[in-house]
Formats: sequence, C-alpha cells, structure tokens
Amino acid sequence: MNTELIVPLLAAAIQSGTPILYATLGEILTEKSGVLNLGVEGMMITGALAAFVTAQATGHPALAFLVAGLFGAAIGAIHAIVCLWFLGNQVVSGLALTIFGLGLADYLGTPLIGQTAPGFNKLAVPLLHYIPGLGPILFQQDILVYGAILMVPLLWLFLEKCRWGLNLRAVGENPEAAAAAGISVLRYRWIGILGGGCLAGFGGAYLSLAYTHLWTNGLSAGRGWIAVALVIFAFWRPGRALLGAYLFGGVMAFQLRLQAVGTHLPSSLLLMLPYLLTVAVLVFSSWKSKQADAPAALGVNMEPND
Amino acid sequence: MRKNLISALVLLAMLGTCLMILSCGEKPEDTAALEQLKQENASLQEQIASLQKENDELKKQLDELMKKAEVKELQVGFIYVSPVGDAGWSYAHDQGRLFIDKLDGVTTSYVEAVPEGPDSERVMLNMARKNYDLIFATSFGYMDPMLKVAQKFPNTIFMHCSGFKTAANMGNYFGRMYQARYLSGMVAGAMTKSNTLGYVAAFPIPEVIRGINAFTLGAQAVNPDAQVRVVWTKTWYDPATEKEAAKSLLDVGADVIAQHQDSPGPQEAAQEKGVYSIGYNSDMSAFAPKSHLCAPVWNWGPYYKEVVDAVRNGTFEPKPVWYGMEHGIVDLSPMSDMVPGDVQKAVLAKKEAITSGQMQVFMGPVKDQTGAVRIPDGKIPEDGELLGMDYFVQGVIGTTE
Repeated sequence: MNTELIVPLLAAAIQSGTPILYATLGEILTEKSGVLNLGVEGMMITGALAAFVTAQATGHPALAFLVAGLFGAAIGAIHAIVCLWFLGNQVVSGLALTIFGLGLADYLGTPLIGQTAPGFNKLAVPLLHYIPGLGPILFQQDILVYGAILMVPLLWLFLEKCRWGLNLRAVGENPEAAAAAGISVLRYRWIGILGGGCLAGFGGAYLSLAYTHLWTNGLSAGRGWIAVALVIFAFWRPGRALLGAYLFGGVMAFQLRLQAVGTHLPSSLLLMLPYLLTVAVLVFSSWKSKQADAPAALGVNMEPND
Repeated sequence: MRKNLISALVLLAMLGTCLMILSCGEKPEDTAALEQLKQENASLQEQIASLQKENDELKKQLDELMKKAEVKELQVGFIYVSPVGDAGWSYAHDQGRLFIDKLDGVTTSYVEAVPEGPDSERVMLNMARKNYDLIFATSFGYMDPMLKVAQKFPNTIFMHCSGFKTAANMGNYFGRMYQARYLSGMVAGAMTKSNTLGYVAAFPIPEVIRGINAFTLGAQAVNPDAQVRVVWTKTWYDPATEKEAAKSLLDVGADVIAQHQDSPGPQEAAQEKGVYSIGYNSDMSAFAPKSHLCAPVWNWGPYYKEVVDAVRNGTFEPKPVWYGMEHGIVDLSPMSDMVPGDVQKAVLAKKEAITSGQMQVFMGPVKDQTGAVRIPDGKIPEDGELLGMDYFVQGVIGTTE
C-alpha cells in the first residue's frame, strides 16, 4: 500500500466512523447518567428515516438532521418512561426499542426504498484542503463530520467542567448520594437519555443524508451495536470514542480496499476484521480491569421518591 | 332434457322401423304395400338423419358452454425477498407480475420482503390454502420450503426461481444473465481509460462468479488489456457498504464500476467521482444519469405469460428452465448517449449473434486466473458446468473465497 491509497483510506475511515462516533458519544452521555441504553440501533434507524423523509419533503438537509435528533430523542423518551417512571428493566426496554425502531423504520420506510433525497455533500475547507495528505483526509469532508468532531470536546467539557455534567455523573455513580445532595436523579437521567437518543438520531441521519443519499431498510446495519461496544472500549471517555469510531471505520474501509488491491486472503476473513477488532477490544478493556471507569450505578433503577 | 327427448325419439323411430321391416319381412302380400312401407321407411330414415344432425349441433353448443364455464379466474401469487420499490431484483419480478396481471382472467397478488426459511413457508401455505393456482417464489432460499408446500397441495403449480429442485407440480426457472453481462462488459471495456474495471459483488456463488467472468470476457473482447477488480460485500442489500466498496475500487484506479447488488449504491459512488458505471436488474440511469452507461436487465413478463398459458392449457411441465436472450428474459438496457455509436453498433451486433445462437459467451479456450485451461479450445461447456462455476477467468483480480 502506498500513500495514494492510504490518504483515501483514512478519509474513508473518518467518514464511515462518523455515524458510529455520534452514537457512541450519545451512549456515553446516557450511561454516564447511570442508564444502560441498548436501543441505540433502533434510535439510529429511526433518526435515519426521519432525516430522509424530512430532507425529501423540505429539501433542507440541515432541518432534516435536527428532526432526526428529535426522533432519536423521542424513542429515548420511551426508554425513559419505561425505566425511570415504571422502573422497567433497562436491558429489556433497550432491546425492545431496537426491535421496535427497526420494525417501525421497515414499515414506514418500505415505500421509500430506492428513492433519493438531498443531503450533505463534501466541501473543501478553504486553503486547508491544499495541505498534502492531511488536506484530503481532514478538510474535504462534509459538515456533519466536523459536527461529530466538535461534539467530542463539547461532551468532554460538559461532563468534566460543567455543573450539570458533574451532577449527571454523580447521578450515574451514586444516585442515593446525589439525591441526598439535592440533585434530581430523574431529571438528569432524563437529560442523559434524551441527549443520548438525540445523538444516536444524528448518527442515523449521517447514514441517510451524507453516507448515502438513498433510503433502504436496515440502513443502520448493526452500527448501533458497535457503538454500544465502543463505549466500553472508550472507557466512557469522549476522546477515546473518537479514536475507537475512526479505528472501526478504518478497519471497515481497509478490508474493502484490501480486496480491491487484489489480495488473495479470503474475503470472509477480511469481513470479520471489524468484528474481531470489537471482540478483541472488549476482551482487552476488561482484562485491564478498567471497569472502574464504568458509572457505578449503570443499569440500576432508582425509586422516584419525589 | 332435450337431449334425452331426442334420443328417445330416435330410439322410437328405430324401433318402429325394425318392427315394420320385421312385419313386412314375413310375407309380402302385394308389392304395393311393400312399396308403401319402403317409402315410409325412407322418410323415417331421413327424419333420423336430420334429428341426428340437430343432436350433434346441440352437443357442440353444450360443450362450448361447458368449456366457457371452466375457464375461471387464474389466481397467481408472487413472493419476493426484498421490497418491490428497490429498482432491483424484486422490482424486476414485479414488473413481470404486472405484465401478466393485464391478461384476461388473471389476478395476481404479492407478498414482499419475505425472509427466506420458515416465514416464506407460512406465506406459501397461506396462498395455497386460498386456492391459488400458481405461485412464484423468487429467491434461492425459498426452494426447500416451496418443495414442502408443493407436496401438500398437488393441485397448485409452484414455480421457484434460481434453484435446482423440481416436483410433479413444481418447476424451477432462471435466466442466462451472463449473456447480458458479457455485452455490458464490452461497453465497459470500450469506455475505460485506465483499463481497470471495478466490480462490486454480493456473494461468491456460481451465479455471481459466472456474471463476473462473462463481464470480463466481454471487456477483453474489445480491450485485451482490461482487468476486472472484484470486491465482495457479502450482502445483497446495504447501500452504505456497497458504496464504500465502489469507492475502494475507485481508489485503486477503476474508472468503470459494475455491480451485482440490489441497490444503486455503487452507481452513486461512481457518479460522485465522475466516472462511468454499469447497473444491474433494471435500468438504473435515474439514480446516476451522468454515470450510468447501461445495465443488464431482467424481463420476466413474457416468460411469466408462457407459464400462465401452460398452466391454463394443462401443458405445464415441471422441468428446469434456463432461458437466455433469445427468449427475451434477459436483456441489455438501452445504452446511454455517452457510449459512442460504433461501440453501440458492435455491442448490438454481438447481441444479435448471441440471440441467434451463433455465438456462445463461454466458448473454449477459457483460462482461469492461474492460466490453466478450464474450458478446452472450441468446446461449449454443458449447462451443469456453467451452473457450478467456481473460478475466475484470467483478467479478474480478486478471489472467489
């Protein structure tokens, strides 16, 4: 492989990592508030469909992107109601929402299959895109890629420096103590779930607005699950989520290019690479017993006492 | 009732005649009486003849009426693996369904996006129980469920696409898509400048491999330096992955992208990069007007009509059918204006040669990637050999694993 191939490979890595990055950041936010959300896949596909329909109807991709966030959050609201109000099992509720989201998008999206909608196209950042190597990789992407990158420091600032973020983390670590300190556990968990759903919706919107401009059933193709796994890889840190998402996207893009170059490795083996990586990462992160990074009260419901 | 009456009359007449003949046979008293009896006999004979004629005519009318009553509405069901709106495989089959739906006395219905396996069996059972006369299932994985259902409903005709099993009331059918792929390969070979063609392919099964080989042979027929690079996506339908696969081919220098998938994802990638592409299943030019050169397409309508007619006339035979371009079941979509006139002419001439049987796509010598001769010089391979094709021909870069 020479530089001629590596530059487009890295550019493709960023592009295919972006939807996963949005969803991973969202899941970090949700889990930091102590709620496990396995419905990311369902939220992504709902967001993808909402974005597609809106873009097709209005011709405004930016509006479509925001609507996708709203719909992702709406699915999140179901999770919040089930888990926060009715103290339902978070794992079951999340799984149900994934199945629900996929089914709903299949049902509503079937008439749209094969149609196209306006979306985001790549734009070159003035001057910067001339930088050899780095230019095509970083500065010739669509605006949603920059949005995802920007989201990383924002989430970090929120979780580390912002009062609300600290409260949210406190709720995820020790809800009883947080409640005793006068923090409304439910309110912050609502914020965590809705924010996470919104970001997952954004991730889905990336698929139907920028990655392709087509609608198809099952567009999310398991990317939501990868996001759930990447949260553990990232030790619940936004910066590492960026790394993980791009690494995953890179491996996905890499295996296709390896085939195009004409390697004689069986393609089934190459296709396994991204998933092998996921498994390896999960094993690695538990082996390093960094589980201490997981919010202590993750997955634990708390009786609303107010 | 009327028929009985006529028969009774005829019988009576005959009896009367016999009696008369018997009575006169005894002892003719005088010739005058004999003559009279003879005359009477003759006139009665005449009456019998005219009644017989009338009887025949009525019988004929009755038969016609019976026949008319027998031609009832033919219920035809279709089962698709993906939604019909996808401009792909199921879309092409649904165009065939709409074709026969226009015929007199045929009503059709379909169920789309039916997963292969137990779900499809349920759908088929449901159709058979509703007394459908003819059921088409259009995906490979429907084969065994269909065989099971076919054994339970001997009065329904079952048709399975792309498989290899048959039963007394179940046939299988497919088309020689590789013929059209050869032609699309000629177009690609003529249009490439880098001599590198990209091929986004779903699964390494004989059907797909055969298509890639035919495409390559077609490209080499007009451009001996043309090479075909293959990327497997291991999915029939995932536009994002398909597009990414096409982009990876563009990155290694491919300037025409062909595909064996169910979505126009690869077309989109080619259009964005400003290079040409070859569609599949149906004319995909609407998705990438500036890139789409042509597409090997399915045209199931005429064949479906043939099956409907056979079922109606009772001439249906459950034999495997593998029709080619001569039956119109596969074709090349109209070529874009971007394809120069002389290339179009050459492609159409080749099409003529294939259709008339003058030319075979797979005609020895055919060498595989290692250079070993797989089809000896001058030999036309058996269908079985083609149906089991598991190697790439020389000029393909990639692996069938």
